[in-house]
Amino acid sequence: MTSGHDRPRVVRHFVLPGTLRGKLHAWRFVIARRSVQIATLLLFFGTLHWGWKIAGRPLLAGNLSASELLGAIPLADPFAVLQILASGHRPGREVLTGAAIVLAVYLLLGGRVFCAWVCPMNIVTDTATTLREKVGVRDLFHLSPKARYWVLALALALSASTGVAAFEWISPIGILHRELVFGLGLGFIAVLGVFLFDLLVLRHGWCGHLCPLGAFWSLGGPAGQIRVAFDDASCTRCGDCVKVCPEPAVLNFTAAARNGMVLAGECTNCGRCVAICPESSLSFGLRARRVAAAPIAHEFTQTREPR
Amino acid sequence: MNDSSRTRRDFLVKGAQMAGAAASVGFIWHALVKSEARASAGALRPPGALAERDFAAQCIKCGQCVRACPYGTLSLASVAGPAATGTPHFEPRTVPCYMCPDLPCTRACPSGALDPALDDVNRARMGLAVIDEEHCLSWQGLRCEVCYRVCPLRGKAIVINTESRKTSRHAVFEPMVDSEHCTGCGLCEKSCPTELAAIRVLRPEFVQGRIGAHYRMQDKASRSGQAADAPAAAPSPRIAAPKPQAAPGVDYLNQAAPP
Ligand code: SF4
Ligand code: SF4
Ligand code: SF4
Ligand code: SF4
Repeated sequence: MTSGHDRPRVVRHFVLPGTLRGKLHAWRFVIARRSVQIATLLLFFGTLHWGWKIAGRPLLAGNLSASELLGAIPLADPFAVLQILASGHRPGREVLTGAAIVLAVYLLLGGRVFCAWVCPMNIVTDTATTLREKVGVRDLFHLSPKARYWVLALALALSASTGVAAFEWISPIGILHRELVFGLGLGFIAVLGVFLFDLLVLRHGWCGHLCPLGAFWSLGGPAGQIRVAFDDASCTRCGDCVKVCPEPAVLNFTAAARNGMVLAGECTNCGRCVAICPESSLSFGLRARRVAAAPIAHEFTQTREPR
Repeated sequence: MNDSSRTRRDFLVKGAQMAGAAASVGFIWHALVKSEARASAGALRPPGALAERDFAAQCIKCGQCVRACPYGTLSLASVAGPAATGTPHFEPRTVPCYMCPDLPCTRACPSGALDPALDDVNRARMGLAVIDEEHCLSWQGLRCEVCYRVCPLRGKAIVINTESRKTSRHAVFEPMVDSEHCTGCGLCEKSCPTELAAIRVLRPEFVQGRIGAHYRMQDKASRSGQAADAPAAAPSPRIAAPKPQAAPGVDYLNQAAPP
């Protein structure tokens, strides 16, 4: 886990500041994420129920599966479209264009930005995780985080065999955002299922192990331009980031030191690690800049080693 | 040797376990999707909806049709609702489809689940109205005909057939639905004054039979094309039926009580 050189400094751990200002600073990414998540839902909700418009055009009509921005720009969930294609159907041009636009945006931002910043299920599963940590619930069994890629493959295979978009037909995420936007029904049962699974059975059980949509966006991660940058020189290996990360496997110090950043696609850009790092070794950065700088940084640590 | 065979064995067992897990999850998932599909069997879809199989596959459950409808006709089905979760449907007894000539719902659909080629709402086939003659006031001899009057295609989709009763002096005004014109909008079902509507819109496949090509039906030949070589048929008596205003027996109700 550790890179070659000695770490002379004392290992300090993160302490939540006592002042409100300090707290707000420590929570800045959670606050920002919740704001974006709720604002997204609100845009859908306001356009549907309160007729929100700009220049006479509906602001954001539809939901996370497909929508239209300002009556002109189509948006669609590329994973849903992929399933429709797998079912042997050809969706309309608007949906295809919309999926291409959304795919391009998330590939640029980092695939799982959707998970941490947009997906409403994230609020549910984060709440479950916070609770389970307060109560001290232990995992009931071990499940490989890779299981989600099997679920993803299964979703596509079942779409082909049933002739309908198999995950969309049972997706608790779809149920949740539809019911939040269009009105509540019995769907909370499915959402409760995910909540209880995450609370009592497995830490980050849904988002980190099963969700095929998260798996889909993870595959797009390596193209993401916004990544968590890592400064190896100041890192004391205190491990606070790994403890707080919903995808601990991505915080591999060796790889992070080599690349100067967290490159794994499963990273959701949630910023938990950035906010908690007591040495400020982690920060959001642009991939383009880091990739150019990384080899130099690496050599720097190498040459510094004998010191 | 022993070691390598053990690892290979472990590998095979592990592979079989994974395949088993995937298969059992797959079976349950498959069954769930299939039962969802069955939940949609009776659902009425927005105008322009493709045949159910294709509609189910194409609809991305975005609700843009729901938002576009100015009457609040459509809704996305909730879990364990009357249609597959998240798909749009309507219940005419609650809010029927008012057959907007500009088809805002169909136009709003980005996925092609609502056929963009549909340009005339009169050609929409959301369902087919069916009359329960045993509980229809008109069929029982009262003057109701509300369904006839509210039907946007009155005189075509619903016609009134006047039938003189054998046992009584006055005629009966029987509303009859013509499947060739009924769009399934449900205005009739919405307006029927009986406690439970005596006219209901159902999916055509639930109520319509098929005669079969080996029958040569003269009066239907021109409609269904089932007997293309049959001589041109006379217009259907239903469509030719006189309007109720001109129907015999009307005066009877305004006269003194029969002797
Ligand atoms: S590495 Fe950091 S930003 Fe990425 S998922 Fe983990 S905590 Fe969040
Ligand atoms: S035709 Fe008009 S009333 Fe009927 S479902 Fe479409 S938008 Fe609603
Ligand atoms: S607009 Fe089209 S894709 Fe969206 S819910 Fe309605 S029918 Fe489905
Ligand atoms: S559903 Fe009823 S009102 Fe609508 S077209 Fe058919 S007969 Fe007329």
